Amino acid sequence: MDHQQDVVSPEITFQHQHSDADFRKRVRKTTIILSILTAIELGFGLTIYTIHKGENPNPTLVLMFKGMISILTLAKAYYIVSVFMHLGDEIRNMIMTIVVPLLLFIWFITAFIYEGNSYKNLRNRYDPHFRETMMPSQHHKADTAVKTQGGKE
Amino acid sequence: MSTTATVHQTKWWSGGKSPFNLEYGKLMMWYFLMSDAFTFGAFLISYGAIRFSQNFWPDPNAVFNAFPGMGHQNLPLAFVSVMTFILIISSVTMVLAVHAGHNQNKNGVIKWIAWTIVGGLAFLSCQAWEWHHLLTGGHGVLVDGKIQMAVQNMRGNPWGKLVENTTALTAALNNTPHETLVQLIHFHDHTKTLQELAAMPDTQLRGMIDLAEMHIREKGPVAFGGYFFGITGFHGFHVFSGVIINSIMLIMTKKGVFERKGHYLMIEKAGLYWHFVDLVWVFVFLCFYLI
Repeated sequence: MDHQQDVVSPEITFQHQHSDADFRKRVRKTTIILSILTAIELGFGLTIYTIHKGENPNPTLVLMFKGMISILTLAKAYYIVSVFMHLGDEIRNMIMTIVVPLLLFIWFITAFIYEGNSYKNLRNRYDPHFRETMMPSQHHKADTAVKTQGGKE
Repeated sequence: MSTTATVHQTKWWSGGKSPFNLEYGKLMMWYFLMSDAFTFGAFLISYGAIRFSQNFWPDPNAVFNAFPGMGHQNLPLAFVSVMTFILIISSVTMVLAVHAGHNQNKNGVIKWIAWTIVGGLAFLSCQAWEWHHLLTGGHGVLVDGKIQMAVQNMRGNPWGKLVENTTALTAALNNTPHETLVQLIHFHDHTKTLQELAAMPDTQLRGMIDLAEMHIREKGPVAFGGYFFGITGFHGFHVFSGVIINSIMLIMTKKGVFERKGHYLMIEKAGLYWHFVDLVWVFVFLCFYLI
């Protein structure tokens, strides 16, 4: 096992060796991907801003853009973890001990967003004061009003 | 690659080696980061639950629209994109530092880790500016038939519903005390000093106020400040500790500690932590600024 000669620790069986050229190419590619994804996210963010300023903001359209931004964020997270943190180069069992527990987030996010939404609906039904304070429809009206004065702040 | 062949031959669980092919410290760093991901995740999910429980939530583009040196210009997403790119670039320099460590290139490690520290400090400075701006910038808020100056802090949020009822606003303006009128005008128009404005009578001050331009709002949800400062503060604390860790790595590298050890695994562990800080920011950026 002559390749073990340059191994840094007796616990480690083999090291990942990328040639300098390979490595540079990979880092450059990932940096560009991350920058482009961020730029697209910012573009979508500004699109949402413009939609909010418009006459009748379409909530479904806004939600769609927010969903797309979230997906792009997950893509960015994948590239950071897989390439920059080299998790993609580790052996499969190791990757699984990190990734499988994170699946808990699927339940975690769904359950608590559902919880918050349900709390809002119950309060709107049983607490007239809460319902009067700030209804979603007024939120959009408020944003429309921003537009008429916007830009010259 | 010769290594691919080894993977298939190796009996990972027969003892005498790490079955994950990672040394102990690095594996534990991974598990620490996983637990930290749950901590941040819990904070962000709690924020999401509270946000979903409200009928109104401030539009981030109205809250975060300032840029250093640009005065009152409306520039949504501009400053935070600068912060995001700073962290991405500092993540790249960290990758280069780790790679230099693989090649036993001491000067390379020193150079790239120093740049990473610079990036971390730049990010922290940006955050300090943003916090300062939110905590000190007053906004006119309609409360109990009076206009008040309110800032974004843990006790209040000045970005509620925009008040469109002009008669109510005019009435509120007549109930508004002298000092508030002075502050309100001074915040939008710096041509007169506070002292000059304070010397003017109320009627003249009211005449100077263009209600349409003031964007008088109602109070927003109180929880906004706690979540924003809590979560970005916790992230900023991670950046700060990352800068400290990287500085220690820089000193140790300069002193030749890793050179004598024969490996730069410590840099890899610091690198994992730093990339995690970048990773968390990606989600903070998403939850507070984008959606």
